[in-house]
Amino acid sequence: MKILNSWLNEFGPFGTDIEKISGAMTSLGLTVESIETIGRSVKGVVVAKVLRTERHPDAAKVHRVFVDAGDGAELHIWCGAFNIKAGDLVPLATLGTTMPDGRVITARGIFGIESHGMLCSGTELGLSTDSDGILILPTGLKLGLDVFAALKIKRDSLFSLDVTRNRPDCNGYLGVARDLGAHLGIKIVAPPGDDAKRGPKRSLKVAIVDKKKCSRYNATVISGVEVKSSPDWIARRLTNCGMRPINNVVDASNLVMLELNQPTHAFDATTVNGGFRIRCARKGETLTTLDGQQREFEATDLLICDGKDQAIAIAGVMGGAATEINAATSVVALETAWFESAGVARTAARLGLRSEASMRFERGVDPHGIDHAVARFAKILRESCPNLVVHAGATDIKEKHLPARQRPVNLRLGQVNRLLGTSLSARAVANLLGKVGFIAKSVTTTKQPVLKIAVPSWRPDCESEIDLVEEVARYYGYENLGKLVPQSTIHGRLSVLQQRRRELRELICSLGLSEAMPNPFLAPGDLARAGVSESNSIRLANPLVFEESVLRTSLRPGLLKAIKYNISHRAEHILLFELGHVYPSGEQPSTDDLPDEYESVCLVAVGESSRLALDWWSQISAVMNFGAQLDQSTIEPGFHPARSATLRRGRQVIGFVGELDPRVLAKHEINTAVACLELDLSALLAAPPTVVTAKPVSRFPRSDFDLAFVVPNSRSAATIIKALRQSAGDELVDLELFDVYRGPGVSDDSRSLTFRLSLQAIDRTLTDAEVTATRRRCLDAAAKLGAHLRQ
Amino acid sequence: MSENSPVDAMRRAIDTAREGALAKIMAAQDSASLRDLGIELSRKTSGLVALKGEMGKLSSTADKRAVGQYLNNATTEIAAALAARTTEFADQELLRRVENERIDLSELLTTRRRGHSHIVTQATQRLEDVFVGLGFQVAEGPEVETDFYNFEALNMPRSHPSRSEFDTMFLEFGEPGSTLLRTHMSPVQIRVMKTWKPPIYAIMPGRAFRRDTPDATHMPVFHQIEGLVVDRGITFAHLAGTIEAFTKAFFDSEFTSRLRPSYFPFTEPSAEFDIRTPDGDWIELGGCGMVHPNVLISGGIDPEEFSGFAFGFGIDRMAKERHKVDDIREMYTNDLRFLRQF
Repeated sequence: MKILNSWLNEFGPFGTDIEKISGAMTSLGLTVESIETIGRSVKGVVVAKVLRTERHPDAAKVHRVFVDAGDGAELHIWCGAFNIKAGDLVPLATLGTTMPDGRVITARGIFGIESHGMLCSGTELGLSTDSDGILILPTGLKLGLDVFAALKIKRDSLFSLDVTRNRPDCNGYLGVARDLGAHLGIKIVAPPGDDAKRGPKRSLKVAIVDKKKCSRYNATVISGVEVKSSPDWIARRLTNCGMRPINNVVDASNLVMLELNQPTHAFDATTVNGGFRIRCARKGETLTTLDGQQREFEATDLLICDGKDQAIAIAGVMGGAATEINAATSVVALETAWFESAGVARTAARLGLRSEASMRFERGVDPHGIDHAVARFAKILRESCPNLVVHAGATDIKEKHLPARQRPVNLRLGQVNRLLGTSLSARAVANLLGKVGFIAKSVTTTKQPVLKIAVPSWRPDCESEIDLVEEVARYYGYENLGKLVPQSTIHGRLSVLQQRRRELRELICSLGLSEAMPNPFLAPGDLARAGVSESNSIRLANPLVFEESVLRTSLRPGLLKAIKYNISHRAEHILLFELGHVYPSGEQPSTDDLPDEYESVCLVAVGESSRLALDWWSQISAVMNFGAQLDQSTIEPGFHPARSATLRRGRQVIGFVGELDPRVLAKHEINTAVACLELDLSALLAAPPTVVTAKPVSRFPRSDFDLAFVVPNSRSAATIIKALRQSAGDELVDLELFDVYRGPGVSDDSRSLTFRLSLQAIDRTLTDAEVTATRRRCLDAAAKLGAHLRQ
Repeated sequence: MSENSPVDAMRRAIDTAREGALAKIMAAQDSASLRDLGIELSRKTSGLVALKGEMGKLSSTADKRAVGQYLNNATTEIAAALAARTTEFADQELLRRVENERIDLSELLTTRRRGHSHIVTQATQRLEDVFVGLGFQVAEGPEVETDFYNFEALNMPRSHPSRSEFDTMFLEFGEPGSTLLRTHMSPVQIRVMKTWKPPIYAIMPGRAFRRDTPDATHMPVFHQIEGLVVDRGITFAHLAGTIEAFTKAFFDSEFTSRLRPSYFPFTEPSAEFDIRTPDGDWIELGGCGMVHPNVLISGGIDPEEFSGFAFGFGIDRMAKERHKVDDIREMYTNDLRFLRQF
């Protein structure tokens, strides 16, 4: 909503202290998005008369204009706009003028011909937003006079307000003025209506068929209308407020709408076939609207039809082209109505047709402001139509669904003070609300006073007690409610899971990986390209673009894209990780089910082998106390078939480790190995780490021995380790695989694995015999697995 | 006492032997020759050792004692000199060896460094830490939500006009329109109210989604933090005080805050909150308000017994402005040259 300060001052003496007014608006919740100074005069711009225009043979885009700026001398100007002719009065920026954009007008011309100034458009002078051509001034102005003085333009301020949904009344000047008046202690008056005597009775028949969607319809006949341009002040106000002046009738309607937040619609009375019928559309019914578009309707759309039931307007949204005010119109049928907001909203949204009127009906207009709106319309139109007659006998139908003039809502004083932290009296609350038209009808004088508040009809948003509490806060002033820090009655902390997540992230960073945040939306095919099944994925019903229409079920596709991006930018040492949610659909959903969303972490390193991925896993599992077995017998699709493993905890799969499948990498144009570790964090972080009970440390010496086995490639080291652990018994305190050898001396289908075992008893020094026996058991167990001591 | 008494003669001989030994010690050039000298000086035939054998020639006990003492002193002096000189050589040799071990450490500086957490993560953690300090706990919830948690429970039934302002992304999952990507963190507030019991002092940072075309200041996938307090006797002043305390703790003690009326379906009274920089500029930060009674009821909390407030604002912008990133999209390119700066 745009508020012109001079216009606002017609509602009350608000003055010109812009800071103060803007501060009050902010404090009331009328967010001031910008304040523009308009009509700032440009010194050196004078009224000039076009004497003649002339083309130059070498200049296609400009022509020569000769003007008289009052002193009789003929000045020559180069001009790029062609909307002027001899006799027009135009604004001339004389030499040396500094334009609002900072340009200084000089005599520099073209083809060696100087220009003695510049003719200005309305935009260049800040007088209008219409930049088409030179501003043509009204006739009769004295030549040579300052243009701003000649047009009697005063400097003004224009506030752009962001009006929230709960303040429909502030989509009109009256509502804004009412709030400001209450806040600043200024008495406001509504703009005057037409008080001329009503003319002879002329009525139009009105039939409301859908009484819920249209609960009030006023049709007033006004004759003596001469359709022409609006007076300057009206055109200028509309322009400043972002509306285009059309003609005096439409402009009067728009002006009333801006002032009172009440849309009206003027029909040419001769085109409505004697009356109006307000009914829902028949499916497929059509109407060509004012903007020339043919619209097709659904049965939920409310239409205004003429006396012959022919659609002539979309209720509350836009009028039809056939009944439009035209140059020949002399009698107007003025519609001033109240339409139910949800219906207008639905129709406007469905048609993609949001007008100034529909916006206001959607938010809510005052059903009892209609009489004044009609009078105000007549008052404004009379300025340009002195013979205007407002006829008696206007039809004004009010249905029982029409919201009441005053709506009773109970307000407990205790609730006000409990929520706002105030200690206001019932009288103080009544005073605060009374200033903006919320009347306290009565106060019960028990220990717990209850105010019976009559909510005015222009505040349809206030329906319940809490709405009134907000109004008390608004007019008391948020800034007066104080600032207190509550003493939290709980212990502030991160949960164990959150602490461990941070610890994990720190650890991964310390392993040299940087955190990426790829888009969780994928293109169809991205998952398949990463080797991940698409069957478990969910599609967006309304994606922004097709390329972002699938929810990820794995972090790998996003990281693969990030790798590809970084390779293409020739990055070295590409080590990335992501910690985020993935969203597999899970089982077929029942009504309240959500997908099987979980948190995952994925680490990748370009040009690195599974060795690094296992190193990550070793460190992460050690620091985070995540236990899992390597299972190389089942490989997650997308991982290297021979160089990766599944991490299992019992039957539960908690992740995958190794390298990515070279076929996946090839599809992403990555021609080097990529180490990868992917973990299901929801599973891993869910289990809190167990608190370890201290075990005594042995004071007796430990005995170490090494065993070098030749083990067939088909037998995993993990199997041997497990067998050795079981055989070595309780005295085993450490077991390390410290050498792997392939090459001469070992057959091709085997490798040598060297283990160091450390034995130590808690209560004694182990004897040689005991150590030898343990060694023997280990050898036997290994032999059963085909592992023989290397000779 | 005559100059030629046997005692004097012995003393002169001791002096000569001592000085000779000391001179040799001083003349030694390395620890090896010093070691040889030590061996030589302890031989029976060497000066002082030999003189000890001549003690027997002295007749009186007093003379023996006097000369014995003198001889001992000389022996001690020589031993000390030998030890000092040995240490000196050892130190020198150690120094030489240490010097030979010199390496250019700058050769060893590697370019591989620690990785970097994302600036949005860093901002989130800073925010969490500030609120933990104010006595808040951190709550989490799913990013895929039901219509109930994202809208209905937040006082936005199906027909509510405000819904259209959320540019919701719906999923092809379950009934059409039933499942969506959360448009704000508020569904977590409902989940917290339903599962925790008051008193609740919680923040919920996380990822939210809106159907916004990306530009320099908007991303369809972004991060938000919301806060929720529900307790007995919570007032609007507590809301303003919490915002103020947060502003000072997170930005600087020179910053202040203000609330001004606004509208949200899930809070009433509602407010926008702005922070004022030490330079006097007001910056819009987020929205807040007293939790609407209908929302408390959705969360299973009696609005007559408890009251509460909620607030929320964007995290990405915090990161963007802290690090002076021009275009928010740059934060999501995953370009290592960008990520490694922070």
